[in-house]
Amino acid sequence: MTSRGLDSNLTSAAAGAGWAERVVHGDRRALARVISFLENEDLQGVDTLKLLYPRTGRAHVIGLTGPPGAGKSSLADKLISELRHGGKTVGVIAVDPTSPFSGGAILGDRVRMQGWTGDSGVYIRSMGTRGSLGGLARAAHGAIQLLDAAGFDYVLVETVGVGQSEVDIVRVADTVVVVAVPGLGDDIQASKAGIMEIGDIFAVNKADLPGSKRVITEIEMMLDLGMHPYWRPPVVPTVAATGQGVADLVKAIQDHYAVLSTADRLRQHRLEREKEAVLLRLGERLRREILQAWSADRLSELWAALAAKEIDPYSLEDKLYHRWKGA
Amino acid sequence: MERPIRVLIAKPGLDGHDRGAKVLARAMRDAGMEVIYTGLRQTPEQIVEAALDEDVDVIGLSCLSGAHNHLFPRVTELLREKNATDILVIGGGIIPDEDIPGLKEAGISAVFTPGTPTSVAIDFVKENVKK
Ligand SMILES: Nc1nc2c(ncn2[C@@H]2O[C@H](COP(=O)(O)OP(=O)(O)OP(=O)(O)O)[C@@H](O)[C@H]2O)c(=O)[nH]1
Ligand SMILES: [Mg+2]
Repeated sequence: MTSRGLDSNLTSAAAGAGWAERVVHGDRRALARVISFLENEDLQGVDTLKLLYPRTGRAHVIGLTGPPGAGKSSLADKLISELRHGGKTVGVIAVDPTSPFSGGAILGDRVRMQGWTGDSGVYIRSMGTRGSLGGLARAAHGAIQLLDAAGFDYVLVETVGVGQSEVDIVRVADTVVVVAVPGLGDDIQASKAGIMEIGDIFAVNKADLPGSKRVITEIEMMLDLGMHPYWRPPVVPTVAATGQGVADLVKAIQDHYAVLSTADRLRQHRLEREKEAVLLRLGERLRREILQAWSADRLSELWAALAAKEIDPYSLEDKLYHRWKGA
Repeated sequence: MERPIRVLIAKPGLDGHDRGAKVLARAMRDAGMEVIYTGLRQTPEQIVEAALDEDVDVIGLSCLSGAHNHLFPRVTELLREKNATDILVIGGGIIPDEDIPGLKEAGISAVFTPGTPTSVAIDFVKENVKK
C-alpha cells in the first residue's frame, strides 16, 4: 500500500470517530451522511460502523416484503404510528429497485409516510438497490446497524418481494413480515419459492377487498404443511388504509420477538447473519482484487474471447485466479 | 461506479397535479439519478427535513398553484437556517417570466417553465450539483 493510501485511511478512521460521536448524540445530519458513505462505499462509512458496532443489538429489526403495490409502505406508516403510540422510536429503510439500464431509481415509498416530519423519533431513508444482486441494497445492512447504534428501538426495512429479495431480507431482519394481498393470482404468489419459508408473520393486507378470506385460508393451509419448530407464523388480516388489524400485527411482531429472545435463538440468528455478511464481503473484496490485476481493456478482450468461445468459462476463471494468486 | 446524484422531487402547495413532476422524475431516473418522490401538498418544512434525512444533492420543486413566490423562497430560507445551502434547488411549474429574477435572487438556481425539455433540467443539474 502506498503511503498516500495509508494516510487517507488514517484520515478516514479519524473522520469515522467524529461521525460516530455525532450519530450517538442523535445528530440526524450525521446519520444521513454516514448512510450515504455506506451507499457510496466511502471508507468513512465502515470506519464509523467499526466504532459503533458495540452499540448494536438493541433494535428489533423488522423486514416487510411482498409484491409491488401490496401496501408495504402504507403498512409501515401505520406500524410507525402504533409503535410511536407505545413510546418507541422507529427507523425505516425503504428499498426500491435500481434500474439496471441507467443506474437510476425512483424511490417512492415516502409518499405513504409523510406525516412524520418534525418527529425526532422517526427517521425514514429511501435506498436504491444499486448494484447488489438481491433485492436488498448492499448498504442496507450497514444502515440498519447504524440506526440500531443511534438508538432506534425498531428498524423497519421495506423491500419489494420479487425474485431474490425476499430471501435477502432474512439476512438482515429478526422478524420477517410477508405482505400478501387478494387478487394477485394468489396460488402463484404463495407457492413462489421461498416466500412461505421466510415469513415469520403473514399480513394479508387490503383485507377490505374481496378475496382476502381465500388468501388467508390458502396461506394457513400452506403453513399447515410446513415445519415450525418453535413458532407457527400467524396470519394477520390488515387494512393499511385505515389501520385496521395493525395493532394485531404489532402484537404478533412483539410475540415473535419474545419467542426469539428465549433459548438463545436471537443471539444465534444474529451471529449467523453477521458471519454470512463477513463472508459475503470477503468474497466481494477478493473478487474486486482479482479483477484489479487486469486492465479494463484486457478484461473486455477476455470477455470477448469468452463470447467467441475462444476460451471456456472454467479456463477463464483459472486464468483470472492464477494471475492474482501468482502476483 | 460513480455515485448517483440524489434528487428530492416535491410539490409544495395545494394544487393536486403532479404529472409534470412525475415526468421529470422518470427522466432523471433514466439519466442515472436516484429520485426520491415525496408526493403532493408538502410544506417547505416537510420538504427540507425530508431532503436532509435523505441526504440529497438536489431539491426539485414543482408548483402550479401560483404560490411559488412564497413557497420556493421559504425552502431556500430553511436550507440557509440549517446550513445546507450546498443543496441545489431548482423549480418548475407555471411561473410567469417576471417572477423568475426574484426566485433566483432567493436562491433558486434555475426555473424551468412548461415546455422546457427534461434534458435541459437534467443537464443543468449535472453541471451545477456540488459533489
Ligand atoms: N383497498 C386498500 N388499498 C390499500 C391498502 N393498503 C394500501 N392500499 C393502496 O395500495 C396502493 C399501494 O400502496 P403502497 O403502500 O404504496 O404499496 P407498496 O407495497 O409499498 O408498493 P411498492 O413499494 O411500490 O411495491 C396505494 O394506492 C394504497 O393506497 C388497503 O388496506 N386496502
Ligand atoms: Mg412501498
